[in-house]
Amino acid sequence: MSYVPHTDGDRVAMLRAIGVERIADLFAQLPPEVLLRRPLSLPEALDEPALIRHLRELSRRNTSGEEAVSFLGAGIYDHFVPAVVDALVSRGEFLTAYTPYQPEMSQGMLQAMYEFQSLICALTGMDIANASMYDAATAMAEACLMLVEATGRRRVAVSRAVHPHYREVLRTYFCAADVEYCEAPCADGRTATDPLTQALEAPTACVAVQNPNFLGVIEDLPALRQCAAEAGARAIVAVDPVSLGLLKPPGAVGFDVVVGEGQALGSPTAFGGPLLGFFACRSEFQRKFPGRIVGRTQDAAGRRGFTMTLRTREQDIRREKATSNICTNEALLALAASIDLCALGPSGLRGLAELSLQKAHYARDVLCAVPGVAQVFDHPFLKEFVIRLDTRRSVHDVSRALLGAGILAGYPLGEAYPELHDALLVCVTEKRTKAEVDQYAQALRVAMEGGAA
Amino acid sequence: MSEPLVFEKSATGRVCARLPLCDVPERPLPDLLPSEALREDLPLPELSELDVVRHFTKLSQHNYAIDLGFYPLGSCTMKYNPKVHEVIARLPGFSGIHPLQDPATVQGALALIYGVEQALAEIAGMSAATIQPAAGAHGELLSLMMIRAYHRQHGQEARRVVLIPDSAHGTNPASAARCGFAVRSVPTDGRGLTDLAALEGALGPSTAALMLTNPNTLGLFESDVVRICSMVHQAGGLVYCDGANMNAIVGVARPGDMGFDVMHFNLHKTFSTPHGGGGPGCGSIAVGDVLRPYLPVPRVVEMEPGRYSLDERRPLSVGRVHSFFGAFLVAVRAYAYLRTLGSDGLRRVAEHAVLNANYVRARLSEHFDIPHPDTCMHEVVISASRQKARSGVRALDISKRLMDYGFHPPTNYFPLIVPEALMIEPTETESKETLDAFCDSMIAIAREAETDPDLVRSAPHSTAVSRLDETAAVKQLDVRWPSA
Repeated sequence: MSYVPHTDGDRVAMLRAIGVERIADLFAQLPPEVLLRRPLSLPEALDEPALIRHLRELSRRNTSGEEAVSFLGAGIYDHFVPAVVDALVSRGEFLTAYTPYQPEMSQGMLQAMYEFQSLICALTGMDIANASMYDAATAMAEACLMLVEATGRRRVAVSRAVHPHYREVLRTYFCAADVEYCEAPCADGRTATDPLTQALEAPTACVAVQNPNFLGVIEDLPALRQCAAEAGARAIVAVDPVSLGLLKPPGAVGFDVVVGEGQALGSPTAFGGPLLGFFACRSEFQRKFPGRIVGRTQDAAGRRGFTMTLRTREQDIRREKATSNICTNEALLALAASIDLCALGPSGLRGLAELSLQKAHYARDVLCAVPGVAQVFDHPFLKEFVIRLDTRRSVHDVSRALLGAGILAGYPLGEAYPELHDALLVCVTEKRTKAEVDQYAQALRVAMEGGAA
Repeated sequence: MSEPLVFEKSATGRVCARLPLCDVPERPLPDLLPSEALREDLPLPELSELDVVRHFTKLSQHNYAIDLGFYPLGSCTMKYNPKVHEVIARLPGFSGIHPLQDPATVQGALALIYGVEQALAEIAGMSAATIQPAAGAHGELLSLMMIRAYHRQHGQEARRVVLIPDSAHGTNPASAARCGFAVRSVPTDGRGLTDLAALEGALGPSTAALMLTNPNTLGLFESDVVRICSMVHQAGGLVYCDGANMNAIVGVARPGDMGFDVMHFNLHKTFSTPHGGGGPGCGSIAVGDVLRPYLPVPRVVEMEPGRYSLDERRPLSVGRVHSFFGAFLVAVRAYAYLRTLGSDGLRRVAEHAVLNANYVRARLSEHFDIPHPDTCMHEVVISASRQKARSGVRALDISKRLMDYGFHPPTNYFPLIVPEALMIEPTETESKETLDAFCDSMIAIAREAETDPDLVRSAPHSTAVSRLDETAAVKQLDVRWPSA
């Protein structure tokens, strides 16, 4: 099976038109020594029913959010997505299109991207947003490199409260681009301002922080922006778009670039991919930012139309002088995010944030009522918080015991933060019910005492 | 005809989504969050569910796609995206798992990633692969990061020049620059292939790598590839294969056997995953033994048959290039495709992709200039130079006129070294009838260029909008609503 529609008669007629006898003659450009003279060593081909059976079997070897109650977040969130989102985003007209290089035939996707850009600007309070990046980590890396270029300073200060994976991606990108990575410590779960000020004594392009930060804590964004400004550095913040249903947009606090992970807006957790990086900045960077952007214009008859614009920044035109190498982005996930935001509306997005806030605080209270469990950081938080488990068992043991009770307990922090080796990052979205939270607390009580939960 | 912006359809107080009730004791907001952290307004549109459905359905109707018709965009491999893959990607065991779950609870996902990576390594003729890069350009970037790390590890930090043929995709030089490399262009010779003498002259102690697209963007196989790889290796450099055109040779020949050290695959091209109007993609890379230690973390490893784990501790690894494992659901679709086709099916892909491109070449050869008229691979580059000289009709005009005939245009003005280029990639999933209809249209347009050039120059005439004012789009920049 290869979805090839040719009949034997087609092949004969086509070969005759070309003027060769066999298909193999068309491969005569290949030197004989590179031809593969055996079949590829691949598993045998499956028919459609067998394929579905096989993949269903593989999928059942995973514990999905349908089988376990998940309190895992840490950058990937299971928020409510109205059914209209997948119904619309699955339409073949969107799904099976390429990048809209030919605007006359791609007005639908182009208008959707313009709307996405507008929605991201509305959420973040920034001037311009691009049509998406791979994920929050690479969006943050691109933002740093843009500001390195804009300031001529080859050094970036990154808060240790930024997602550990984002920080790893930054290090990878910086190593290749010869940019110095400098980590600013946290104190009590927040980016500490005094050490940050010290870190900024050497000329630094920008400061990168996250809000709410990886540990769930709401940062003092005005104070961090102030630290950066005093050192003549720019400021980037990675945000959770759902939190912006309640929280002040970073544009209002003076940040230069806002990036974030848009997965929770309309796309499934899906083992962490594909994801949706978004990128918004001040208009002063409109000739420097990475990625595609769609602009509104008109045709010869004066009709409104949309087209990719500011193209002279891009790799296919500017080659090695481009502002980035990005080409393919995450358009379909950006579309999902737009549909999700339109379906939610202001009351819905605020509702998701507020329900998560209420339920997370209830969960914090009932979990911390379990003997040996305590909240680690006493700061405002939205939907994630850190609990310390004072028990002879390791956090992994406790997590495994809870898994036996059908609960994904949270993210053990020891790997990323050795001082939090006995702590779990717990996430509670609006999808969790009171009964599930109570069940978690009950199972945690048993597990803490050494039981099988 | 045109659809208003979603913001223009908003009515204050209208609601669509129905949220769950709050089933926990509710506390006043000021007790939970400091008031100075809260926003005052949230300017999102307010619509009913039916408004949302109609708006985005109408937008979809203003968008061309493979599901609607022939999409011969060169180098983009717009083949049929099987519907069964969409069903599979929505199985809750794939779509509803979290990347930070205990590996014991995601053995099926790890098995699938492992299976895709093994298959890609075999197809590449290399020793390992990773699905972590999110796009082809991301795969290029990762490959160059690995090449740079390799030279650094071998005390060859001074190797900072990447050689790139002048026919290459723009992402190649852009990715190289992103990695701190200087770019040196290598010319194409009269055959449409890499100029060996020029390559020889460009190689030296500063050479880090050559990036070679094979088949190249003229649709030609680099028949000196074995010699080219050996020349670069002798000079101390590594060779990267841009695999955007892998559809031409999948199952027929393997880049690893040609001498390449690393390559990228576009799962959204060769392996039929839908491109979604610009993404998601997956730019998986495969590597030979030399670069294997530099692969990004985490790696999915098989501990014993059927049991998988994640390896984060790899001392020479360049690190992480994606938040998690890459575009997992794209890999799920590619895995389903690989399992449907098997070895024979993949070979049939390449054979019929090449057959279709050559059929188009043969049918158009009398009507258009073809700079390299011999057999092509999976795509054919033709030129509108003849039309431009006779009647001022350019490649762009022909592209736009094709829309009136119901087809998506080919890639135009690329590769840059062919004047008035039209790069046509039919793919293997198109029938002879479709190719005939397309070629008939191209020939009709060539005739129109003689008889009624204004008709072609002012095309398209049947689309929702005609040619857009791109200069005004830049000068009166309007990239969000409400306009600034």
